[in-house]
Amino acid sequence: MLSLLIVAVVVLMGIVIFQVARTNELMSVLKGEHEGDVSPITTKIIAYFFLAFLVIGMAGVYFGYAFYKPKFLPAASSEHGVQLDYMFNMTAVFTGIVFFITHILLFWFAFKYKSGKGNTGYYFPHSNKLEIIWTTVPAIVLTVLVIFGLKAWLKTTGPAPEEAMEVEAVAEQFKWNIRYSGADGKLGKRKFDLISAENPLGIDWSDPNSHDDFFSDLIHLPVNKPVLFRLGAKDVLHAFYLPHFRVKMDCVPGIPTQFWFTPTQTTAEKQLETNDAEFTYILACAELCGQAHWTMRKDLVVETDEEFQAWFTKQPSTYSARKAALENKAAIEAQQFLDTLDNKEQKEVQPISAR
Amino acid sequence: MAHAQHVADDVHVHAHGHEEHEHHDTFITKYIFSQDHKMIAKQFLILGMLWAIVGALFSVFFRLQLAYPGQSFPIMEQFLGSKWAPDGILNPNYYYALITMHGTILVFFVLTAGLSGTFANFLIPLQIGARDMASPFMNMLSFWFFALSSVVMLASLFVETGPASGGWVIYPPLSALPQAAPGSGLGMDLWLISIAFFIISVALGGLNYVSTVINMRTKGMTFFRMPLTIWALFFTAVVGLLSFPVLFAAAVLLIFDRTLGTSFFLSDIFIGGEALGYSGGSPILFQHLFWFLGHPEVYIIILPAFGLVSEVLSVNARKPVFGYRAMVYSIMAIVVLSFIVWAHHMFVSGLNPFVASIFVLFTLLIAVPSAVKVFNWITTLWRGNLRLTVAMCFAIGFVSLFISGGLTGIFLGNSAIDIQLHDTYYVVAHFHIVMGVAAFFGMFAGIYHWFPKMYGRFMNSTLGYIHFVITLVGSYMIFWPMHYLGMTGVPRRYYAFEIFPQFDQYADLNKLITIFAIITFMAQLMFVFNFFYSIFKGRKVTDENPWKATTLEWTTPIEPGHGNWPGNIPDVHRWSYDYGKDGRDFIPQTEPLKAGEKDGGEH
Repeated sequence: MLSLLIVAVVVLMGIVIFQVARTNELMSVLKGEHEGDVSPITTKIIAYFFLAFLVIGMAGVYFGYAFYKPKFLPAASSEHGVQLDYMFNMTAVFTGIVFFITHILLFWFAFKYKSGKGNTGYYFPHSNKLEIIWTTVPAIVLTVLVIFGLKAWLKTTGPAPEEAMEVEAVAEQFKWNIRYSGADGKLGKRKFDLISAENPLGIDWSDPNSHDDFFSDLIHLPVNKPVLFRLGAKDVLHAFYLPHFRVKMDCVPGIPTQFWFTPTQTTAEKQLETNDAEFTYILACAELCGQAHWTMRKDLVVETDEEFQAWFTKQPSTYSARKAALENKAAIEAQQFLDTLDNKEQKEVQPISAR
Repeated sequence: MAHAQHVADDVHVHAHGHEEHEHHDTFITKYIFSQDHKMIAKQFLILGMLWAIVGALFSVFFRLQLAYPGQSFPIMEQFLGSKWAPDGILNPNYYYALITMHGTILVFFVLTAGLSGTFANFLIPLQIGARDMASPFMNMLSFWFFALSSVVMLASLFVETGPASGGWVIYPPLSALPQAAPGSGLGMDLWLISIAFFIISVALGGLNYVSTVINMRTKGMTFFRMPLTIWALFFTAVVGLLSFPVLFAAAVLLIFDRTLGTSFFLSDIFIGGEALGYSGGSPILFQHLFWFLGHPEVYIIILPAFGLVSEVLSVNARKPVFGYRAMVYSIMAIVVLSFIVWAHHMFVSGLNPFVASIFVLFTLLIAVPSAVKVFNWITTLWRGNLRLTVAMCFAIGFVSLFISGGLTGIFLGNSAIDIQLHDTYYVVAHFHIVMGVAAFFGMFAGIYHWFPKMYGRFMNSTLGYIHFVITLVGSYMIFWPMHYLGMTGVPRRYYAFEIFPQFDQYADLNKLITIFAIITFMAQLMFVFNFFYSIFKGRKVTDENPWKATTLEWTTPIEPGHGNWPGNIPDVHRWSYDYGKDGRDFIPQTEPLKAGEKDGGEH
């Protein structure tokens, strides 16, 4: 019923607008106005529209920004992120000045120089001086932006510090696999053709570096310590996106990528700063990867070094768990034979001894 | 010059002889397989308009999902069927299919074919003084390859697994593996075939535009006397000819990967419970090939708008376009630079950061000629005697949109800032304003301005002004708030935001955007109505030169036949921007220079 009403109103409005439009045209013909001219009244309406658009638009730009600012991402929680935010703000100042000046000129001219009868435009085909000015000034401003931008970029994407902790994030439709490099700080090799149900990343167990690696559901990071994320994907492109840390990098099947950064605020500190006890750092996917692209969330927690170490040293390695599982294979098989529990749970074998 | 004159005479004689037979035109040769550039232009325009309605309607559907996630819209089920929108709720797979089709249709079919196909065809012969294109037959083929490509793309909407759904950029492996998404099945094959036909259409058209501009200018029409429309359309064709074949190569290699088991773009893939045999390919290689077209493509879209707007602004300001030569050189600079900035779409794709830094330099460099153009347009208005026709309004709106969208490009082109903004709504806001809506404004300016030449009637100007006001306000209300979403880190191509509280705080704003999208869409329907109504019932043109313009198309009869001028092609003696010179309102290009008078284009 409501939709029928809406349709009726729209159709009625259309008819009214059309009749007015047709009458205007007929009036113009009757008045003998030249077909290419615009009547003085129309000129006035449009000119004032431009003026109103300018004023309301500028006010809207300012108040819209002020209104939505509290919802924007909080200040960056990483060292390089602070620099990137600074670049953003610097660019906003430069472009903001240009935005306001050019718009004021554009719409003011459109208003001021609306046609008066009998005038011609001022013949002003070119001016080398003006053109040189407005070629060189943007060139200089842009050079400044390029220099600052590249400095920040090369530092951000440069080699990670030696002491950086390595963590691996491998994406697949539609989840993240997070692997820590363990006590040796080195990730074991993985190969896509070793992937199986019990080895979801295809870790090559013959590489001793893999023996202390472990998986984690929640990403734990120590504050103020550089961390190097090694990124990969199993099936299609994904992108590793940590909005609060200003981190983004594609995960590409077959090609390793990486991103390193230093978190500067623990989750607890951020909760205080944002005055939001629910605040959580998140990992999202930023490259379209299929129908559930929008669900690929993983949470991060940034802790003090002590908290982190306490967690880190407690984690059993995946390899030892697997080894224990193999050693107990016979026992498990016997158990499987006897047990009536469902198979799925059987596979989650607990390690006998921590490493 | 002598050569050009010779060619012009030649064509003239030939076309004249030809004209005698024109009276025997059947319906088919006149309206369907026409070889008249003006009719082909109208064909491009009308097919482009039909596609624009489809593409825009798709955007209204996915905007409904973004504003009211999970809410049932029976109308969606009626339009899309119960498989795409069961119970009126859009299915995620088809959400992605709709955004993919929206992008593909608007970028290729509307803003490439519909814009430069229309105006290059219509204006090049008329404004340079030629009877028709260099090869009218190839020109006809160009349209019909576009039509064929349209049919294939349309068919892909109806296949069981749905049309392509990997985004208009069709990045493999997602687009290469049918197991990765239903849209990567038959729908993707049809997408690739359709685009291959489309590229043939672009190549046939482009060759024609380039050779016509170079060889068929009338006597006296030197390069620097050509209107900026012709410069812009000429360079658009050059860019298209150099960049589209690269997409053709990419499409063919992707077809090989999909069907023959090659590994150009694929490697080390484990999907659907099995490791696939692909080895050694690079998904990033595809991105290089795609964006080698993809970036020049945005200039293919915006350059014709530059030309149309320059012309409309000058004619209606009753003033020469300011800095004509600078306008030409800035187009050239943009064209050259447009080929060496493609990797700015790939800063965080895994590209070597040092390589990325070179692309930052060129990308920000391209802002300089763009800025020159904006300042020149604004100066063209200064001390003018502005006739605020509907076309003029759209041209002014174009400049505003180009500024707003261009400036945000300075953020995105700087790789450091792009780390955060890449693939967020900030990008969506940027490119929709600068190359989407702005190009549409250029196109509308062109349609309202040249409609009298196309159909011998005017479009209704009251409807035109209403269309303009709603479209300008609506476009800003749709795309401006998306900057705020981007600054909140909201990623694009998300079906819903419920899983991420940080991104889910804009329910109201998303509703507002959707409401304005619907209103703006309705205004476009009104434009379409005005267009077709005016073809048959519009106010008749009685003055050969209703806008008092200097250019050659207004020296033809009100409804020119095939061949454009009944008698000889007029000679040209001056540039096309003598407005307000020596106190005269305008001096047509056909009027000889007085003794000692300097031609305006010669400085």
